[in-house]
Amino acid sequence: MNAKWKMIGSLFTTFLKMGPFTFGGGYALIPVIEREIVEKRKWLQSEDVADIVAVSGSVPGAVAVNSATLIGYRIAGIGGALSALLGIFLPTFALMIGLSLVYVQMKDNPKIEAAFLSIRATVVAMIVYAAFKIGKTAVVDFASGALAAIAVCLLLFGRNFLHPAWVIVFGALAGIAVVKVRVLLGKKTKLEEKEPVYDYMI
Amino acid sequence: MLIDLFLTFFMVGLVSFGGGYAMIPLIQEEVLTRHQWMDAAQLSDMVAVAGMSPGPIATNIAVAVGYHQAGTIGAIVASLAMILPSLVLILAAGKLIMRYRDNQLVKSSFFGLRPTVAGMIIYAAILFAQNAGITMEFDWKTWSQLAIFAGSLFALIYLHKHPFSVVLLSGLVGIAVYG
Repeated sequence: MNAKWKMIGSLFTTFLKMGPFTFGGGYALIPVIEREIVEKRKWLQSEDVADIVAVSGSVPGAVAVNSATLIGYRIAGIGGALSALLGIFLPTFALMIGLSLVYVQMKDNPKIEAAFLSIRATVVAMIVYAAFKIGKTAVVDFASGALAAIAVCLLLFGRNFLHPAWVIVFGALAGIAVVKVRVLLGKKTKLEEKEPVYDYMI
Repeated sequence: MLIDLFLTFFMVGLVSFGGGYAMIPLIQEEVLTRHQWMDAAQLSDMVAVAGMSPGPIATNIAVAVGYHQAGTIGAIVASLAMILPSLVLILAAGKLIMRYRDNQLVKSSFFGLRPTVAGMIIYAAILFAQNAGITMEFDWKTWSQLAIFAGSLFALIYLHKHPFSVVLLSGLVGIAVYG
């Protein structure tokens, strides 16, 4: 029992130290996880971590957070999952609280207002950049390109009556339908992404 | 209030595929249109802060919106709600999940999800471009916003600069131009 609690404790501290590395986005964290979990602590094999990272992308939520939770679960069950999750989450949570506090204090300062006037245009660039990166792996053929266009149209023209959550459900169902139809036609679909893009997922 | 925060971000957490920026249309619908917790400019500022901080963007937005609405307790409720769906899924089906990714149905649903998520992000860009005042009226402000947008995009794509430094630099430009 004691050994298990010790393990849960060191899972917490290990992921707590990794928190700041999520700065570079989710995929910046993968090598850090490898080094800590596989090389230094020898808790898991390198292939296990690769599997876990791949699975984390197919569960809702951020890849880095899901990876931490799954690794904790694999090593020490539910307690391990919770402590790894808390460890990876607490530093970024605390920082965001701090930044929100600063924002509330300073947002009416004319200099800060001017800064954010410019930053609002930069945010659009950040979002376009994210779309550009995921677009490269997502739009692989005519059907996937059409799905992206349909999604934009549904959101744009259905904004008064269609909740955006339904568009995601529609996307998943459309994917299943397209692959089914292609199987019936005897065509193949390339289902795997060439290289997973992690950083926009963080 | 706390219950609304919880429900909103629990729903976002449930369908949170493809990361923070893809969740903006959802967050906008709930936070601006439905609950009217803040205005478009404030939400845009929060996304900027969330994007330049470490950590997942969607959860960072949840923390910022929760904090804005109900202080630290609001931030805790919103971010826990956001994490809960994936946590429950992993805890309830941890072993199963490790095998199900090879499932054909899961794979083909992701074939559809990936372009849909790209579409959601494009729509988020359109929304925020409207919010930022990049409109069809070609006055001085629009031109300056377009120039800042183009410069930021160039820095991100071709100079491979981290959002943190791009946002910081853009803020300084803003103080110089609009201050």
